[in-house]
Amino acid sequence: MGMLHRALMVLAALAGLSASGPALAGMGQPSPWQINFQDAATPIMEQITDFHNYVTIIIVVITLFVLALMIYAMVRFNEKNNPEPSRTSHNTLLEVAWTVIPIFILVAIAIPSFRLLFAQYDFPKADVTITATGSQWYWSYEYPDEGISFDSIMVPDANLKPGQPRLLTVDNEVVVPVGANVVVGLKSNDVIHDWAVPSFGVKLDAVPGRLQQTWFRAEHEGWFYGQCSELCGRNHAFMPIAVRVVSQDEYDAWVASKKSAAIDAKGKVASARD
Amino acid sequence: MANHAQAEAAHHDHDDHPHGLRRWLFSTNHKDIGTLYLILSLVGGIVGALLSMGMRAELMEPGMQVFGNPEMFNVFVTAHGLIMVFFAVMPATMGAFGNWMVPLMIGAPDMAFPRMNNISFWLLAMAFVLLVMSLFMPGAPGSTGPGAGWTIYAPLSTSGTPGVAVDFAILALHLGGASSILGAINFITTILNMRAPGMTLHKMPLFVWSILVTAFLLLLSLPVLAGAITMLLTDRNFGTAFFDSKHGGDPVLWQHLFWFFGHPEVYIMILPGFGMISQIISTFSKKPVFGYLGMAYAMVAIGVIGFVVWAHHMYAAGLDVNTQAYFVFATMVIAVPTGVKIFSWIATMWGGSIQFKTPMVWALGFIFLFTVGGVTGVMLANAGVDRSFHDTYYVVAHFHYVLSLGAVFSLFAGWYYWSPKMYGYMYSEFIGKLHFWMMFIGANLAFFPQHFLGLAGMPRRYADYPDAFAGWNLVSSLGAYLAFAGFIVFFIGVIVQFSRKEKAAANPWGPGATTLEWTLPSPPPFHTFDTLPRIK
Repeated sequence: MGMLHRALMVLAALAGLSASGPALAGMGQPSPWQINFQDAATPIMEQITDFHNYVTIIIVVITLFVLALMIYAMVRFNEKNNPEPSRTSHNTLLEVAWTVIPIFILVAIAIPSFRLLFAQYDFPKADVTITATGSQWYWSYEYPDEGISFDSIMVPDANLKPGQPRLLTVDNEVVVPVGANVVVGLKSNDVIHDWAVPSFGVKLDAVPGRLQQTWFRAEHEGWFYGQCSELCGRNHAFMPIAVRVVSQDEYDAWVASKKSAAIDAKGKVASARD
Repeated sequence: MANHAQAEAAHHDHDDHPHGLRRWLFSTNHKDIGTLYLILSLVGGIVGALLSMGMRAELMEPGMQVFGNPEMFNVFVTAHGLIMVFFAVMPATMGAFGNWMVPLMIGAPDMAFPRMNNISFWLLAMAFVLLVMSLFMPGAPGSTGPGAGWTIYAPLSTSGTPGVAVDFAILALHLGGASSILGAINFITTILNMRAPGMTLHKMPLFVWSILVTAFLLLLSLPVLAGAITMLLTDRNFGTAFFDSKHGGDPVLWQHLFWFFGHPEVYIMILPGFGMISQIISTFSKKPVFGYLGMAYAMVAIGVIGFVVWAHHMYAAGLDVNTQAYFVFATMVIAVPTGVKIFSWIATMWGGSIQFKTPMVWALGFIFLFTVGGVTGVMLANAGVDRSFHDTYYVVAHFHYVLSLGAVFSLFAGWYYWSPKMYGYMYSEFIGKLHFWMMFIGANLAFFPQHFLGLAGMPRRYADYPDAFAGWNLVSSLGAYLAFAGFIVFFIGVIVQFSRKEKAAANPWGPGATTLEWTLPSPPPFHTFDTLPRIK
């Protein structure tokens, strides 16, 4: 990268800090200069986004309040404007107030927080069940009801087709039908990995020796990307998660094609498992 | 009081106080040991900062530029965390300022166990040597150094890293932990038994309170870490299976044990900063601390609650939903005593006659930035939204606001506040303030955009990232370079301070500085308070 290009990037960065409005968030993958969540594709992620926006308003107001008090004190009570310091060191009413008011604010945060938490663990009846197994450094998927299984490995930069996002594209993506409740079981073959898709509001560790479950219901078709979210060694940054949400018909066709491919490859699969 | 101190200084000119190797290697003097800790923490801080420069250089643009092997990036992440926690912040807060100031502030002649103080320091120095050595030992297959993160999660730290690098790191933590436990015993004994006549616990300066609470946290949490890393060591080398699921163990057990230590550890790093900020705000506002008792017991409350919130680091580990709900509740409770501290600092300034000397400027920066880090902590306390934030850059931004912009700012505030006392020379106001503004702007540029990266979903501990994250990463790297340049300005300031030798008065800060150390000359004589002061 040339010096000029680098200098332009620096300028762009600084301009971004001062002037640019919030970049549009993408759905399914991040977009440049984004300052908010990726767009929600599931009801849970919508709730997470709402809760986040609500709490952000509260904490920004608190921070600005503290800042305003500090600036007022610095201006009004500096040694020029107030040469004689007071000796006040107690005010019981004030001390009770700044203990009790935060408790009310916390209760106001806690109530929707618990609602969100329990909604995340309110498992619906599964329409599609998938098992994702983390290995160093790729994911393997199994559709136990359909008898489908495959590995999902990141496509290296050199092999990317135009439009495919770098470090997010895989050779075999997970395919699920839109509007279906998908339960994902998580396992690991070696160290802890973590299966996360930001637009779905899903993130759960794959822990060796455990089978853990999470779920999502994607309500938009399209490509949704995530990345391993628990440090797992050298290629931690290079085992992405890609989910393609399709119509029920497309899903059925995909299942059928995978099944016939699996039957063709049965001999190979059996020998590979030994 | 001043006459007494001068007489004492004159008396000690005739004392035989050790020189050379005998003074520094065999030191039993709290001031010399404090200075040794300070030097160690500066060395640790330089190494830790250089590691972060390596990471920010790699992350400045998408793609791999600096590191050929991404595992080396993980080693940098790991070493940066371990060194900054154990060999930069802790030796500075407890080791340097604690050792130097606790005996002076409570009117004690020295620490209760001077020889133990010596071994505490040298254990930590050797621990640092071991940790630096670990970087050059075989780690994960095909790489050197421990790359499992400062949290050394099993099984990445056991079967995932077969080389001895992790063993070196474990033994470094063992030595460092033993050092801190001995130090904690020393502080608790000193503070509980050696206060000058008349100084009741409720008259003790808040900095001493903060060290007392911190010492209890160390004493109760470090043995858990020691046990846990011993289990890790035997899992790695002697065939046990505490964390190995193939033989009946459980990797999540490691996380519980680690964070039972790890969460109090974050308060171990910040509480002494709270103490320093209280002294500084009070001094430069020329007012006593507002709500002294509330301030002291807020620290006690933070310390106690800090022990029952550990699993908020584990919301993604697959804990039961009711367990998560408990940890949400317990974690949010900590916001209450923390709020008491923030508001009491502002109330201390209220009605004061504020003087904007360099230590005060750093303290004001601390209050605001710690508030920012604190409120994002309230956000992260909620398991429901942490589903999105766990292991993203939002978390990195949060804990750097409380540690890099909190604990480290309090340490610089402490340096500018106490270094004239410790070494007898005034610092340069211009350089001190230049240092502040470079670090303030630089660290904010480095860490504020990381909130955006976390929101957009960028996971932490990534050597390379999708191209959409490039913009804010560039800003973050530029900010980090500016902050590092500020760190260099700090060292220039130290050189100027020690070379131009502008004598510091016994009390350079005027009527606001009311604690005992300001009654002594600057620098204080080798031995102080041979005759105990009386506190009214």
